[in-house]
Amino acid sequence: MDLTLKVWRQSGPDDAGRMVTYLAKDVSPDMSFLEMLDVVNEKLILEGDDPIAFDHDCREGICGMCGMVINGVAHGEQRATTTCQLHMRHFEDGAEITIEPWRAAPFPVIKDLVVDRSAFDRIIQAGGFVSVPAGSAPDAHAVPVRKEDADDAFDAATCIGCGACVAACPNGSASLFTAAKITHLSLLPQGQPERLIRAKAMVDQMDAEGFGGCTNTGECTAVCPKGIPLDTIAQMNTDYLKASR
Amino acid sequence: MIEYTEGEALRDAKAPEGPIEERWAKRKFSAKLVNPANKRKLNVIVVGTGLAGGSAAATLGELGYNVKSFCYQDSPRRAHSIAAQGGINAAKNYRGDGDSIYRLFYDTVKGGDFRARESNVYRLAEVSVNIIDQAVAQGVPFAREYGGLLDTRSFGGAQVSRTFYARGQTGQQLLLGAYQALERQVKAGTVEMFTRHEMLELIVSDGRARGIIVRDMVTGEIERHTADAVVLATGGYGNVFFLSTNAKGCNTTAIWRAHERGAYFANPCYTQIHPTCIPVSGEYQSKLTLMSESLRNDGRVWVPVAAGDQRAPGDIPDEERDYYLERIYPAFGNLVPRDIASRAAKNVCDEGRGVGPGGLGVYLDFRDAIGRLGRDAVEKKYGNLFEMYERITGEDPYTQPMRIYPAVHYTMGGLWVDYDLQSTVPGLFVIGEANFSDHGANRLGASALMQGLADGYFVLPTTLGDYLANGPYGEVDEEAVAEAEIKVRTKIDRLMAVNGTRTPDSFHRELGKIMWDFCGMERTEESLRKALELIPALREEFWRNVKVSGTPEELNQVLEKAGRVADFFDLAELMCLDALVRTESCGGHFRAESQDADGEALRDDEHFAHVSAWERTPDGPVLHKEALEYDYVKMSQRSYK
Repeated sequence: MDLTLKVWRQSGPDDAGRMVTYLAKDVSPDMSFLEMLDVVNEKLILEGDDPIAFDHDCREGICGMCGMVINGVAHGEQRATTTCQLHMRHFEDGAEITIEPWRAAPFPVIKDLVVDRSAFDRIIQAGGFVSVPAGSAPDAHAVPVRKEDADDAFDAATCIGCGACVAACPNGSASLFTAAKITHLSLLPQGQPERLIRAKAMVDQMDAEGFGGCTNTGECTAVCPKGIPLDTIAQMNTDYLKASR
Repeated sequence: MIEYTEGEALRDAKAPEGPIEERWAKRKFSAKLVNPANKRKLNVIVVGTGLAGGSAAATLGELGYNVKSFCYQDSPRRAHSIAAQGGINAAKNYRGDGDSIYRLFYDTVKGGDFRARESNVYRLAEVSVNIIDQAVAQGVPFAREYGGLLDTRSFGGAQVSRTFYARGQTGQQLLLGAYQALERQVKAGTVEMFTRHEMLELIVSDGRARGIIVRDMVTGEIERHTADAVVLATGGYGNVFFLSTNAKGCNTTAIWRAHERGAYFANPCYTQIHPTCIPVSGEYQSKLTLMSESLRNDGRVWVPVAAGDQRAPGDIPDEERDYYLERIYPAFGNLVPRDIASRAAKNVCDEGRGVGPGGLGVYLDFRDAIGRLGRDAVEKKYGNLFEMYERITGEDPYTQPMRIYPAVHYTMGGLWVDYDLQSTVPGLFVIGEANFSDHGANRLGASALMQGLADGYFVLPTTLGDYLANGPYGEVDEEAVAEAEIKVRTKIDRLMAVNGTRTPDSFHRELGKIMWDFCGMERTEESLRKALELIPALREEFWRNVKVSGTPEELNQVLEKAGRVADFFDLAELMCLDALVRTESCGGHFRAESQDADGEALRDDEHFAHVSAWERTPDGPVLHKEALEYDYVKMSQRSYK
């Protein structure tokens, strides 16, 4: 299949940036989206042009490094899928595809489709952990955990930190990312001692980074590759309110 | 072919003695301690933030050292440990099914085909129980049973159920545990984090590792970082094959630079080919995706009895299917170790019985498991893996069998380290997949996570402390730093200057094909000699004809790639040489000349019960042999029948 790509090109943080059109010919439907871009880039390099910079690493949907807005949707229209797991069989021959970076003030563009997501690391630094130095743990069976709690904690813990939730949110909110970690640890007995200070510190850091507030539009969970549920945000708000009393 | 010479025998001077179950306790007690007030004056560099590097940096920070942590990704949470699916072994014996530290030790030595050190493996098994405790305390959401206790499952190469798991995302959950511990230390000020920084050279001053030269991948700036010790946790080198289950960024540069600066490289030819990966679909393929080995618990592997059978799998009746693993290995069935399962798949495909495009695939069928347990139960266990398969292939594994084929997955070889995890360069410690120490010639499933975390949380913090307590080691020689930096700049300039007509990826792809065809699942003297002709020729063309666009003073992914490919050439050559010299078959290294009547790998313990540690010298590679002795596990030909 042949495709027309309209790609955001921006040489650096100070460049204004623009959409540039490329033709992608003889694309196989079995290619992944990133493999399609690889082929375009190989051609650009040989023509002496700058290839399109994009982040990627594991290419199996788990590292959270890749991410682009495809036809206006973070990670593309296929649900519960990272960009690297999106395959070209979901596009029509002759289609025009727009490709843009995550757009949010706390995620400044570094180059082309590459953005700086270090704000997420700082939110985790603020409290997204259980303080347990190596070697200090009791036997793993000392504290039983209800299976339902363990399963729900796991569902929240599957967040890959890709940032699609922020890119999709009209407010540029990082609530789903922050809430996923708060919920994961709040559901487990190991997370209880620091539960309230964690919620307070992480939410405060999220605000300090310049992310917007949540207005329950639900765009975040719709694009989330791991389907993190929206009710984690309710959990976050509950803990935050308790902590703020 | 490249010439090599044999040097003096190598001995692990730190190897402990006495009864095996007391060795680690003795070493811990004999290790010198650093006064807490002095720890904050000591600087340690940790490169890589996977399970080994992340847990090491976090733990060293907790202990009070001044740590600098480096990764090439945009966040330490992205390291490729994140992709490990199946689980982590630990000798907890929570099932009461006869497991013990000794049995995990025994299974690992046997699974490694008697090419690992007994002392190291015993320590690994011993520490495994602490890892589970640590991870649970961090809030890692392992799978649990209704009684609230931890669930376990079986894995290849074992007859007990000792693998702890978090659905099909165990690596992710364990890595996030280590990452969160690391970020906690960043906040506490004990760890300084450098993301999007790539190590390009090791600084050796007065014979000791004292720092690294890195490139800031955003600005292109070359930076010097010095320290009292350097820890490499930079993973394996499977990407030398281009196509592997590794992340795209995984590379050999950090350990290869260290090798060039004096660290011996041990057993480079030991490569693990994982039996259950999604087959290649086309020329544009950029990586291969693993389907967790845990699927072999419930999936049955088969091919048609008749060669060239083109019928859809559902139309082939049971009597015309060959469940070949169950047939050949009745005792272990579908759960034979990885090397054996991979080679069996290759054999049936070589017989023309492979399925799917090009006949390079076998079926992994869940029909019977779904019939027995119900679709819901199968979905609960493997849901995310089935989804991933469907996404990539467009086929539904609930209604038709998966197609799988072996792919490069893990490298047992790596930098040589002693019992303290210290390389032959004093002050340079190597942990996780980057070292060679614990898996022998074949790693058992669910043991990589165990080793990475054992090294990082429990072993390194003790042994590194001993090294630092024996210091101080004086000022870093400025000239040594400058020299390392010049090497980096010279290489970058050289890559930029070629301005040829082929991309780094096209060279990498060709190198990978050479390695897969001639140094892959089956190796012969002829194939290896062929590879040793082709690799230098391709390397020569690379340095004459590679094209790197852009400039070095910016984010330049082509330059990053070119630098890594350049190092892969040299590593590939050493791998082939090592494979050529080791004329026996063992574990993941299968020399066609060395097999028994049934086609199983035939070891040659008389000549090869040793670690091959390679030194790089201006006169070519020098081979040092470290003899392996087995006082506890009797050396025997592995049998899983």
